[in-house]
Amino acid sequence: MDNPFDLSSDIAWCPGCGNFAILKALKSTLSELNYEPHEVVLVSGIGQAAKIPHYLRVNVFNGLHGRSIPVAFAVKSANPRLVVIAESGDGCMYGEGGNHFVHAIRRNPDITVIVHNNQVYGLTKGQASPTSEEGFVSKVQTLGSLSAPFNPLSIAIAQDASFVARGFAGDIEKLKEILKQAITWPGFALVDVLQPCVTFNRVNTYTWYRERAYYLDVQYDPEDRVKAFEKSLEWGEKIPLGIFYRHRKPTYQEKFYALVSYPHLLYRERAVEEVLDRELQYFQ
Amino acid sequence: MAKVMGLTGKVMGLNGNAAVAYAMKQINPDVIAAYPITPQTDCVERFAEYVSEGLVNTQFVTVESEHSAMSACIGAAAAGGRVMTATAANGLALMWEMLYIASSMRLPIVMMVTNRALSGNINIHCDHSDTMGARDAGWIQLFSENAQEAYDNIIQAVKIAEDLEVRLPVMVTQDGFIISHAVEQVKVLDDDLVQEFVGAYKPAYPLLDVTHPVTYGPLDLFDYYFEHKRSQIEAIDNCFPVIRRVGEEFGKISGRKYDLLETYKLEDAEYVVVALGSTCGTAKEAVNLLREKGKKVGLLKIRCFRPFPKEEIIKALVPRRGVAVLDRSVSFGGFGGPVFTEIRSALCDAPARPFIIDFFYGLGGRDIYVEDIEKALLQIEDVVQKGQVDQYIGYLGLRE
Repeated sequence: MDNPFDLSSDIAWCPGCGNFAILKALKSTLSELNYEPHEVVLVSGIGQAAKIPHYLRVNVFNGLHGRSIPVAFAVKSANPRLVVIAESGDGCMYGEGGNHFVHAIRRNPDITVIVHNNQVYGLTKGQASPTSEEGFVSKVQTLGSLSAPFNPLSIAIAQDASFVARGFAGDIEKLKEILKQAITWPGFALVDVLQPCVTFNRVNTYTWYRERAYYLDVQYDPEDRVKAFEKSLEWGEKIPLGIFYRHRKPTYQEKFYALVSYPHLLYRERAVEEVLDRELQYFQ
Repeated sequence: MAKVMGLTGKVMGLNGNAAVAYAMKQINPDVIAAYPITPQTDCVERFAEYVSEGLVNTQFVTVESEHSAMSACIGAAAAGGRVMTATAANGLALMWEMLYIASSMRLPIVMMVTNRALSGNINIHCDHSDTMGARDAGWIQLFSENAQEAYDNIIQAVKIAEDLEVRLPVMVTQDGFIISHAVEQVKVLDDDLVQEFVGAYKPAYPLLDVTHPVTYGPLDLFDYYFEHKRSQIEAIDNCFPVIRRVGEEFGKISGRKYDLLETYKLEDAEYVVVALGSTCGTAKEAVNLLREKGKKVGLLKIRCFRPFPKEEIIKALVPRRGVAVLDRSVSFGGFGGPVFTEIRSALCDAPARPFIIDFFYGLGGRDIYVEDIEKALLQIEDVVQKGQVDQYIGYLGLRE
């Protein structure tokens, strides 16, 4: 069956890039959740991952580097009927957009944040990114990155993010399951996706991830925040995948009085028409 | 290696980014802080290679955004370091508030800007919207026509910025991709000569001088802020003699003398095109072709846009009959582009003014051709012959 989210366009990623799998997983997820393309908005920033909205049939907002989350938050606030996904790379979300990432979690808007985490800057061709391992050698960090990597999961759990998960671009089926739960989850949902960059990251390859990645088993309790934090620290020999943490709490849209009680922007046009109709009846 | 006009140095095949990185290597600054952005990345990456090869002593700081890059530069410069950076487009825009801090604190930071169109929509190619947007930030702005000038300007910028009469940050621009990624023959100076030219850095009021504690950037309200801005106005206005002197001194060591402006076949020209950056090379060809047809045309190239060399521009343009200004950026809602506005304002009090019209061109990297510039020159000729301007603002290379 045709996927309504399919779009034929030239794709400017390297052959073998992990982004292809994420694109496929996302399209299937949206289709299997029975959404229509007009109901979905993809907001992205700048980077290789940020090109993703151009490659599927959805509403697109492609803004500036690092700024996808505030835009996604506002889109959702204005029109809560939309499925709003902010999607970009680790440089965009955790580096230049790091401040937005931290503070969006505090507000808990009902959006999904998908981060293609390839541990390198792909678009600008191979510099160390916020998630690069310490010592990662690049053309700029020739003696290895001096900074400790940003741990998005630990930070999200520490901030009590509503939904925190990690997927792997090398496993589309499992990634789809995670994306389905994240997108339908009411509240801020982070999906950090390990995405091999075949061109600029020769360390964290498909094989490297496959040798280390494992899924959290059924015994694992994603409601336990302390356990989740502990799991989020696990990296190296073993890398856990799956849903680390889930905590249902009021979303920004549910908490903010104006968004609960007053008409959203969504209804503005109708409201204006109603007022006009009311005023006009005096002239009839 | 070819000798350059009997002077030392060699000729290398370098693109604009590589030429600037090479100059940075020869300058050997204390600190460089930068964030990658197309089309500048290539420059900083090449500099990083020099760092890893141990060819420079620079502390090379990688950061998470351009805002942090400029902040790190400011901190390092206030501490007393010789500091450089490079950026483009939205990277420069993200530095915005820090640009003002750098100039207000009179920190002689040198920055290469690879000119690129500002979003939106996203575009990675050349126009001057980034630099022109920063024209009021208190930085000196030097434009380059080619990789050679980018190289030469960066070296001069250090000496200009650090001159005690100046003590202001300097932005050196080169057109994104057109210059930054096109390999040209670049005559480079010997390392020793560059070192001798820029000299040892003597910081003024460094934070690291613990025996003379200083404060940078405290609260400055209606009591003194205005006076401080007045002194900043005076500082940048006083830069002209220094920029010229450094340009002359550079000529002595390189054979390439620089001034605030460059004129091309202007002496007897009746019609003049005014441009900045790489377009000046194209304009020279247009002038040559029209001269062959007997048209008295010339080019005025603005190298130093900030401070704006009003007196020199009046001198160069007042005797002309018509001026066609080329603007590679838009001041939305304004009367023409930034170059046009400045030039008209400068000529306002001249007893006999030429007709002046403006052309927007090359936004988002749209190519400009020799024929486009010929068209602009023929149009201003037409205006002069008719004795009136029907249309002040035109477009070159636009589909509509």
